[in-house]
Amino acid sequence: MSFLTYLINGLSLGSIYAIIALGYTMVYGIAKMLNFAHGDFIMVGCYVIFSVIGAMGGNSTMGIIIAVVVSIILCSLLGITTEFIAYRPLRGAASPLAVLITAIGVSYFLENLALIIFGADVKSFSSVITWKGISFAGGELKIQGVTIVTIAVSIIILVCLQLFINKTKQGQAMLAVAEDKGAATLMGINVNKTIMLTFAIGSALAAVAGALLCSAYPNLSPYVGAMPGIKAFVAAVLGGIGSIPGAMIGGIVLGIVEILSKTYISSQLSDAIVFGILVIVLIVKPTGILGKVIQEKV
Amino acid sequence: MRIDKKTKDNLITYGIVVATFLIVQALASTGNLTNHIKGLLVPMTYYAIIAVALNLCVGILGELSIGHCGFMCIGAFTSAAFSKITADKIPSGPRFLIAFVIGIAFAALFGFLIGIPVLRLKGDYLAIVTLAFGEIIKNVINAFYIGVDSTGMHFSMENQMALNLEKDGEMVINGAMGVTGTPHDASFTIGIVMLLVSLVVVLNLINSRDGRAIMAIRDNYIAAEASGINVTRYKMLAFTISAAIAGAAGVLYSHNITTLTASSQYFGYNASIMILVYVVLGGIGNIRGSVVAACILYLLPELLRGLNKYRMLIYSIVLIVMMIVNWSPKVIEWRKKTFANFGIKKKV
Amino acid sequence: MALLDVTNLSISFGGLRAVDDFNMTIEKGELYGLIGPNGAGKTTVFNLLTGVYKPNEGKIKLDGEDITRKNTIEINHAGIARTFQNIRLFKQMSVIDNVKVGLSERFKYSTLEGILHVGRYKKVEKQIDDEAMRLLKVFDLDGERDTLASNLPYGKQRKLEIVRAMATDPKLLLLDEPAAGMNPNETKELMETIALVRKEFEMTILLIEHDMKLVSGICEKLTVLNFGKVLCQGETKEVLSNPEVIKAYLGE
Repeated sequence: MSFLTYLINGLSLGSIYAIIALGYTMVYGIAKMLNFAHGDFIMVGCYVIFSVIGAMGGNSTMGIIIAVVVSIILCSLLGITTEFIAYRPLRGAASPLAVLITAIGVSYFLENLALIIFGADVKSFSSVITWKGISFAGGELKIQGVTIVTIAVSIIILVCLQLFINKTKQGQAMLAVAEDKGAATLMGINVNKTIMLTFAIGSALAAVAGALLCSAYPNLSPYVGAMPGIKAFVAAVLGGIGSIPGAMIGGIVLGIVEILSKTYISSQLSDAIVFGILVIVLIVKPTGILGKVIQEKV
Repeated sequence: MRIDKKTKDNLITYGIVVATFLIVQALASTGNLTNHIKGLLVPMTYYAIIAVALNLCVGILGELSIGHCGFMCIGAFTSAAFSKITADKIPSGPRFLIAFVIGIAFAALFGFLIGIPVLRLKGDYLAIVTLAFGEIIKNVINAFYIGVDSTGMHFSMENQMALNLEKDGEMVINGAMGVTGTPHDASFTIGIVMLLVSLVVVLNLINSRDGRAIMAIRDNYIAAEASGINVTRYKMLAFTISAAIAGAAGVLYSHNITTLTASSQYFGYNASIMILVYVVLGGIGNIRGSVVAACILYLLPELLRGLNKYRMLIYSIVLIVMMIVNWSPKVIEWRKKTFANFGIKKKV
Repeated sequence: MALLDVTNLSISFGGLRAVDDFNMTIEKGELYGLIGPNGAGKTTVFNLLTGVYKPNEGKIKLDGEDITRKNTIEINHAGIARTFQNIRLFKQMSVIDNVKVGLSERFKYSTLEGILHVGRYKKVEKQIDDEAMRLLKVFDLDGERDTLASNLPYGKQRKLEIVRAMATDPKLLLLDEPAAGMNPNETKELMETIALVRKEFEMTILLIEHDMKLVSGICEKLTVLNFGKVLCQGETKEVLSNPEVIKAYLGE
């Protein structure tokens, strides 16, 4: 039974990684850039929820809903603003490293801004999910509320995203921009607007992931988003960067591997094992599990 | 004697390093340097060294690595372990020299081994795997326990107790607690000498047939292969040398502090990214630029300590603005136009 | 003995036979043209000859040596050099360094000698420098020795690619659509360059080309490829007057 509990915990952590990875992979697919600041959007989302709930004095159901909604909106705006100020001017730069370094600058900026406003001390975050969960087999198998909600939310997000991309005009525009910016422009697609929308969605997903992450692991600091951000990035690459189902699979694999190796092998080595999985997968399949193989024509 | 442009460029680079060294020594001997600044000198040299190493990988070989601090970590720990074990057996001079050989050799070995899978990948996939390897190295070292006693060396990946050391046994690497009491052998002079050695190796390499082959692969690997260049061999060569030099930086690092731990702050991907920032701002492929950028950008936040908690915020804004000013196609065009206008006005 | 002897060469991608039972013999010193409509498999033949693709069947012999299963690097060492349809120069390197890369497998010293600038380094580097300059002079590019390859005008970029290929001292030179994207003036210059290669180096050349004027002007023999198969082979004049060839090119 305990194995099952760990497996479900892994699935839950993996779902959080998957939600972050979806944002990563969408932005990468369309803007062709590694947004190193993506993890810090999670942190911003958490602090917004923390502050809003604090301002309203306690976590009533209404308060929590307002806090999460405010967090999602602010993160979307942050994503759009960052793209507009810091990334858009560097589109078409001579080296792809330019925008990568700028993203790192944005990451430093957000972390240090949070440091100045909220201080370096770890704040205890009160869960946005108050449901205690359910137990099976006479209490042998307990599943926490936050675990169930996390998994459910990630499934809903995945379904909605797939529908959005395959069934709506904007979604199709995203696919077109991801494939070929020039051709998309010729087809009358507003590339800037599409990229902006992608950043908005990606950042909103980061806010959702932040709410779930801090509910499951209630310690809030300016660096809370950094490691999950990197791991989600690993998940996105593992699944094949640019692929939405790939990000989902990558995230879940990573979450399960992390929890199981923490439990059964060594908590110290669990990160090494997680990164080791990435290395092994990429050696076998150099563009990730669902990644497209592109061969250069001679 | 005819000196071509490349040789002249290289001499200027060495000259800048030597001149900096002489100026600092002069300032120090006249008592113009605070202890705080003196403490920054050795780190400045090892950051310059690892920036040179990373530029060989990113600028000359053309492969983005965000795990180079992992190689620095290997150099640091292997050499520190050696120096600690032999602290009272070998005099400090030769001991430090051997420590360098050991640190560099291990870093090169791992560079070679990691290079085999990594260099088969391309672009961002390659970058993320270097990051992964950097994190793996850091994590594994944090779970590493080595001790010595009269029966020899003991090793474990569990904990200190598992080593079963005798009473008079000594811990060498104590997991996440790292290595304590490494002899303080590093100095600014040795750092500068190592920096010059790294520069000679990299600049000479660039101006040799191996270097040209490496740059050819960077520019167009298909054409390089068609010209008979063994792409795999030269990629491995550049990556291994780059790792070896990063290892040398690690040796300086570990022999400059009392407690060496494989912390994220110094050996994680964030540290590797900080070095990448030096390389990009100094100019991708511009070795001299890396040295200058590493020194300035390392000293800058340290010297801004007066601004206290705002310094990193300012640093991040400066970084973003500099990137946009230097790289944005629109800004570049605007700059060209503005300067062209000035040119016309001058003529009139 | 023929310099290049290709027999029964075939390769399939998926179900498509891109090159089907291809035969060709090139004698030493010949200037040979490989023509055909778009998608006929011309570049695939080049990629088979240079080891980019491995054939499913058939044999390639260069100067009596079997090079069928060899990789690109080994085939270059065996004596085939090439240029590319879409120019592939080492863009961030100077003109002379581009040529020096071509020379680097002929004039050697060890990596250690290179890093320390000792031993054979000085002597061999001088040889490399002299040889590169000699080649650049022959092709009248010596004035641009320190220019970045990407800053050369189009015609000269094509030319530099030929010089770099010649630097590897090949027995056979493959030119993949050398006149693509050129204006009539540049094409004329290219024809002069090709003539120069033949005169100075007595080079055997195989070229792919669309420009019929260029092909009929300089090629001695032709092979016409259509849908991966040899349609016609022989002396240029005969081939170009063959009704099958005219049909393939102009349609019915």
